[in-house]
Amino acid sequence: MTAGKLDVSTEHLLRELAPQVLGAVMRRYRNLNSCEDAVQEALIAAATQWPDEGVPHNPRGWLLQVALRRMTDTVRSEIARRNREAVAMEDSPLVVAPALYSEPEIDPDDTLVLLFMCCHPSLSPPSAIALTLRAVGGLTTGEIAKAFLVPEATMAQRISRAKQSVKTSDVAFQMPEASERAERLGSVLHVLYLIFNEGYTSSSGTELQRTDLSSEAIRLTRLLVKLAPGDGEVLGLLALMLLTDARRLARSGPNGELIPLDEQDRGLWDREMIAEGVALVTAAFSRGAVGEYQLQAAIAALHDEAARVEDTDWAQIQALYGVLMRMSDNPMAAMNHAIAAAMAHGPTRGLELLTPLEKDERLRGNHRLDAVRAHLLERAGERDRAVELYQAAATKTSSIPERNYLMLKAAKLRDDR
Amino acid sequence: MKFMLMMNTPAGGEYQIMSWPKQDIEAHLAFMMDFHKKLTASGELVDGQGLSAPSQAKLVRAGKDGKPITDGVFPESKEFLAGFWVVDVPSAARAYEIAAQASLAPGVGGVPLYLPIEVREIGVAPKT
Repeated sequence: MTAGKLDVSTEHLLRELAPQVLGAVMRRYRNLNSCEDAVQEALIAAATQWPDEGVPHNPRGWLLQVALRRMTDTVRSEIARRNREAVAMEDSPLVVAPALYSEPEIDPDDTLVLLFMCCHPSLSPPSAIALTLRAVGGLTTGEIAKAFLVPEATMAQRISRAKQSVKTSDVAFQMPEASERAERLGSVLHVLYLIFNEGYTSSSGTELQRTDLSSEAIRLTRLLVKLAPGDGEVLGLLALMLLTDARRLARSGPNGELIPLDEQDRGLWDREMIAEGVALVTAAFSRGAVGEYQLQAAIAALHDEAARVEDTDWAQIQALYGVLMRMSDNPMAAMNHAIAAAMAHGPTRGLELLTPLEKDERLRGNHRLDAVRAHLLERAGERDRAVELYQAAATKTSSIPERNYLMLKAAKLRDDR
Repeated sequence: MKFMLMMNTPAGGEYQIMSWPKQDIEAHLAFMMDFHKKLTASGELVDGQGLSAPSQAKLVRAGKDGKPITDGVFPESKEFLAGFWVVDVPSAARAYEIAAQASLAPGVGGVPLYLPIEVREIGVAPKT
């Protein structure tokens, strides 16, 4: 796309309209691959024509018409290509050219159905992530490749394979049944959460934060809030992202080094984001049923609302992690529960709670448990053991900023000896 | 011309960053960061990555059934790749120059490590 000529607001408009148009085209033609091509062409046409001709009166209708016209052409040539007596294309039941010049309708639910489709549980997380960013986020393959630090050809292939799995697994382009909806929404939330985390704590590489992915995840979650306004967990996830992202500036030093929560300059935290996140989590809790994202958001809010680290309400945080532990058998929740207990009742209590986790297979090879134990041992004055575990954690993590942080913690304790 | 510059370190050799004083680790990390930035700024860096610790390494080969057989324990004396850079430069001489700069990374007390850097030209693959 020759986006260079577009002003920022038009670019934002196109990004916002892309999934709506794709959803509307999908509802008629079903074939993700050709529908997506058609929408891409419409976006390119907009990017080249709008700067000169001005943004049309009804930009969404304009894009939809161009995309539908393109689809009609595709379908016609496809039919011509195939033998006439062959059965009409199985993945596009409506081969009749749509009435192009009537006002094309857009159903906001189409975008939601598109999200459900891209985040279908039959897709592997990397496929679902790539497909969501492409089809719903409207990012180019090159942009997605850059965000994940892989060659563009690799990402193009990943996206095309994802589309292929959608096609072969017969994922229908329709709203899931009510009985299935919560589970499917859960997959969507999980994918959005993974996109956010990939941006926030890159699992590899030297840059601690790839902010573009985080802001894209927040944008998509905001979109989902509009599409599924009644869902507390959607609000919870948006709140969690905002309350976490609010600390972004304080989270790393000038050379990308990691700064832990208790050493951050809280003056750098984004108060506006925190206020929005707190309001969201409060609204979410008022809806009754409480889910994991809401609980995590509530915990993040307690951290964000403490003016100084010593003002943190650890007892409340410990209680919330306790609820999370009862809700899901997640060792990470148990670990965080132990940290909160250590902060509220001293490191010995925390270390006691961590003991059973040492046998947890799911944490084998994970650096977090060693790092947490090292912190607590350091606080308990057991320096030698702390150094050992900081080093063990440093050799296990694949995040370079995290490795450097842990290595330096160990070195400092050795130096002070 | 593209070259891969490999920083090999013998297990148990002089490059035991984990046991250095904090100040020296910081100086070393700052040197590496700066080196990366300079190579990026000069337009010569294609890729540069640090690898996770050798204790996490596995040696894999296929069994008769084609399934992976992993072997995780290595002898002490083995050399390990700690990290690499891929540079795109006009000549081998320039690649050697860059390698020499990397070799000067500071160790304990800020003394250069004179690390051996293996420089290999990358074979040109046919266009796919």
